Amino acid sequence: MEFIAVFAPLIGCLAAALFAWKDDEEGHGPAQVLTCGLMVIAAIMSGLLFYKINIAATMAPKTIVLFNWISSGTLNLNWSLKFDQLSAVMVLVVNFVSCAVHIYSVGYMHHDKRRALFQCYLSLFTFAMLMLVTSANFVQLFFGWEGVGVASYLLIGFWHHKDSANRAAIKAFVVNRIGDFGLALGIFAVFMVFGSLDFDKVFAAVPATNDVVVEFLGQQFNAITLIGFLLFVGAMGKSAQLGLHTWLPDAMEGPTPVSALIHAATMVTAGVFLVARMSPIYEYAPLAREFITVIGALTALVAATIAITQFDIKRVIAYSTMSQLGYMFFAAGVSAYSAAMFHLFTHAFFKALLFLGAGSVIHAMSDEQDMRRMGGIYKLIPFTYVVMWIGSLALAGVPPFAGFFSKDTILEANFAAHSQVGLFAYWCGITAAFLTAFYSWRLIFMTFHGTPRADEKVMAHVHESPKIMTIPLAFLAAGALGAGALAIFFVGESRGSFWGNSIFVLEQNDVLERIHHIPQWAKLLPTGVGIAGILLAFLFYVRKRHMPAMMAGMFSGIHNFFFRKWYFDELYDRIAVIPSFFLGNKLWKTGDGAIIDGFGPDGVASTVKAGSDKAHALQSGYIFHYAFAMIIGVVAIITAYVFYAHRQGF
Amino acid sequence: MISFPILSLLVFLPLAGVLFLLFVRGDAETVARNSRNTALLTSLFTFGLSIYMYMGFDGTSAELQFVEKLPWLPGLNINYKVGVDGISIFFVLLSTFLTPICILASWESIEHRVKEYMISFLLLETMMLGMFCAVDLMLFYIFFEGVLIPMFVIIGVWGGKRRVYSAFKFFLYTLLGSVLMLLAILYLYNTYGTTDIPELSNLAIPANVQKWLWLAFLASFAVKVPMWPVHTWLPDAHVEAPTAGSVILAGVLLKMGGYGFLRLSLPVFPDASVYYAPWIFGFSVIAVIYTSLVALAQEDMKKLIAYSSVAHMGFVTIGIFAMNQNGFDGAMFQMLSHGVVSAALFLCVGVIYDRLHTREIVPKYATIFMVFMLASVGLPGTSGFIGEFLVLLGAYQVNTTVTALAATGVVLGAAYMLYLYKRVVFGELVKSDVKAMKDVDGREIAIFLPMIGLVFWMGIYPSSFTAPMAPALGKVLERVAPARQALLEARAPAAAEKKAEEAAKTAEEQPAVTTEPEAAPAEAEPAKEPEKTEEEPKKKKGKKHK
Repeated sequence: MEFIAVFAPLIGCLAAALFAWKDDEEGHGPAQVLTCGLMVIAAIMSGLLFYKINIAATMAPKTIVLFNWISSGTLNLNWSLKFDQLSAVMVLVVNFVSCAVHIYSVGYMHHDKRRALFQCYLSLFTFAMLMLVTSANFVQLFFGWEGVGVASYLLIGFWHHKDSANRAAIKAFVVNRIGDFGLALGIFAVFMVFGSLDFDKVFAAVPATNDVVVEFLGQQFNAITLIGFLLFVGAMGKSAQLGLHTWLPDAMEGPTPVSALIHAATMVTAGVFLVARMSPIYEYAPLAREFITVIGALTALVAATIAITQFDIKRVIAYSTMSQLGYMFFAAGVSAYSAAMFHLFTHAFFKALLFLGAGSVIHAMSDEQDMRRMGGIYKLIPFTYVVMWIGSLALAGVPPFAGFFSKDTILEANFAAHSQVGLFAYWCGITAAFLTAFYSWRLIFMTFHGTPRADEKVMAHVHESPKIMTIPLAFLAAGALGAGALAIFFVGESRGSFWGNSIFVLEQNDVLERIHHIPQWAKLLPTGVGIAGILLAFLFYVRKRHMPAMMAGMFSGIHNFFFRKWYFDELYDRIAVIPSFFLGNKLWKTGDGAIIDGFGPDGVASTVKAGSDKAHALQSGYIFHYAFAMIIGVVAIITAYVFYAHRQGF
Repeated sequence: MISFPILSLLVFLPLAGVLFLLFVRGDAETVARNSRNTALLTSLFTFGLSIYMYMGFDGTSAELQFVEKLPWLPGLNINYKVGVDGISIFFVLLSTFLTPICILASWESIEHRVKEYMISFLLLETMMLGMFCAVDLMLFYIFFEGVLIPMFVIIGVWGGKRRVYSAFKFFLYTLLGSVLMLLAILYLYNTYGTTDIPELSNLAIPANVQKWLWLAFLASFAVKVPMWPVHTWLPDAHVEAPTAGSVILAGVLLKMGGYGFLRLSLPVFPDASVYYAPWIFGFSVIAVIYTSLVALAQEDMKKLIAYSSVAHMGFVTIGIFAMNQNGFDGAMFQMLSHGVVSAALFLCVGVIYDRLHTREIVPKYATIFMVFMLASVGLPGTSGFIGEFLVLLGAYQVNTTVTALAATGVVLGAAYMLYLYKRVVFGELVKSDVKAMKDVDGREIAIFLPMIGLVFWMGIYPSSFTAPMAPALGKVLERVAPARQALLEARAPAAAEKKAEEAAKTAEEQPAVTTEPEAAPAEAEPAKEPEKTEEEPKKKKGKKHK
């Protein structure tokens, strides 16, 4: 069962690759059927596993060793599948959303000439993601980590005729590599401190290593804190946290199903999974956790401020994703890992739903993504309209939709943490929740309501998506509606048996226990600001339509700042990209060309040549030249002799 | 075991092909066809023989195997002595693997003087194999320098427009190193009366003498690696060399430096190697960052890959001079992986050059190129990852700053390779005849398929490569261990005492972490895990209690 859940996507990927290798398009149909069928099977298997391991607890967590991978000295690593409560949740999320996206893509990509390849890449991504979450050691995790990065690169750049897509793909990969750089250093530090890279061995040794100090870049650090920081740098890259987030909005250049699967539901949550998986380490690294809380809180807030100004429907959702990831991190930062995982779980459903719904809108609007050229279409695509409402209600945290349970738990946990960073995160989160509701309904009103702003040709074409696209939407909508019911397992009374030993929380850090004791207003505030945000959006975009432009005009400075995404891209261009190319050119032309070659081979060669030219000139062949030289020479010798002889007193 | 002189047969088998080619007569076309076929058959047969030899190779032994010894200059105690161990056998295999690929790759692109071209390649193969098999220093030197001659000819005759400049530059650089190495060899011979490498590897040469001799050898190896700042011959040589020339240059010739370090510098001059290790670190880190940045700025595909080679070789030198099992394994693996991947990248470039110097998206070609591009970037699951990972893992235990700086090369590497790929595969059409570009044909798939297989095999099951090389590498480690130990103690004599005390304390408190205070070099230990003695002092250094 475990094997099918993990390897079915790999088989689908390889088979689709064979179909895609052929020049004709005959194999595309079978490739689509095959990959989708295998994903359905994998999704069912992972549902069963989830039930057995987490809910019913009839199956004990286990690690299946496949075969030896790397052995070098004391380092010994296996390919293995670790199935515990944490990975079972992830496997379920990945396979379920991936299955929906696979099927949806059959409809969404039906015009494309490389549909088989698209399915192949989707399956490849799924497999890499499964390897990531079922890893039992750091290096296989890294394999999955980079594997999903490559799949993401391939899929963002899938429409390679668009230059912007190619650029976005490269940006995504390179920015992620910066995160991976931190992750890799963290892994090296783990090996140096613990002498092993297996999760179980390392986690067991953490408590005893609590106050070990290690050297890093010439400074002394607490080993666990250092490791916590370095690993989190990796998580920041993959989960688009503030500082390493610039790739995520650009990644929207990829086809919309890709955005739903990779850049909303699964890959970008890998960082959250990493922190949850490393809970035995982070529990002993309070400083690293505080850092995570602050970064998460800032990300949630900053992303929300950007989202309210954007006009591209996908970018709004992308910034929303970034913001929600921030929530997950500041939950993990106060040791509420299970709340973070719960939000990851619910978010996967409603955010994939929103993206696929947006895809359905884009599909209906003849590939238009700018909300300024939409409007007045809710009657034409009623199904899409309804699922977008469901997704948005879940995102805004309106009860009884899924997001309400998870988001509230996170905010309450931060309040209950009674720490400065916890409160900071709480207020950032409240503000972001208000903005979230605002931009969600801004999106809905701008897209579906008002007068149609698209031209007549497009409007005549608006149509509901085919069944193959709406059925996956229905499944995801069911998740967005009902996933909240699992709250009792994820963060409620049954959480002990639900998570087993897969998440470790020190007793004094158990904030989920304390959330029952926080004041009533702190519990109600998230929902309250959510509803306020919806009402404000209604006011701005339905009642008084001149308001947004007026506000943007009144606060043009700050609006511009938000609209230009806090100038992160411009900043990075100035301080990193342009200098790198400039330096590269300088080192090449000046360093290699002028200095090394100039003094090295070319210099030597030209010196020798110049010397020989001079020597050559001496040999003129005229006897009087030689005679003259001889006389000069003799005179010189005699002079020297006389001079020295005189000096030495002869 | 194999009883006949298989190594000599292997080394000189390509020469038999050369001999045959010398007698080929007829009109130009017949000669060309016969030359191609003969060269391919010969190289394939050589490859088969090397595989046969590998099957008889004992991967658990650290000793030289298939040793043959014949008196060569009997009065002078200089012998013809060949043998292979876990280090050299992989280079032998790499050479025999790449030669037929090179010959296949030149099938259509070389049109004039085909016979001479094939002779050069077979001669080159003999020289490479001889170099990797030689166990006598004199013999090693002859082959080591002999490699240059056919390479020089290949670049100078079948190269591009500036081939003569490139060939001379290549020659000038390598000549300088060779002269100094020869002087060092002569000194060794005069002083110790032997040129047998295993014997030399057991001598106790005074440390100050080691330092001079080590530098002389470095002059030669550094150029071959190539290390910064003696790398500038490589981009020019690659740009001007014919595709197959680039392949063998990147695939095998660049490994001669790293092989030289492992075979000669470390075992013969352990004290000097330890003494100079920080310098090598410094130059390697510069190489990684500097050449990665330069690669970003390149417009020429071949030049870009050449610069990326320098960066990748920087990892090799870091791994070797980290002097622990992880670093050694990583360096070896990185060399083998780079041998396959960069060779394949040059072949990918060659495919484009063959097709009227054009570019247009061709799906199969794009896929093949993608695989090697990702392997070059060091994607886990491909061969490129294992080498980089182990090198950095090994280096981290020695110096975190070096590791962090070198790891930036991984980020830059992703940037310049993806940027290259974008421009080559997705770039806009520059010339109109591009549209005529055909996708890869059967011959090209036959070239690339084994290489793709190898890239994934090495990435997914690298143990099959690291296991047989571990004993031989362990022997080298054992040789340098006392010198490293001494250096560490000399560096912090007071701190060492303090650490020993603390370590004792630590050992009581932390049963999970290995901190046995006794870190004496264990000669009796099986060669498999000598790095234990290596890591112990490092670990203790890291673990100070507050």
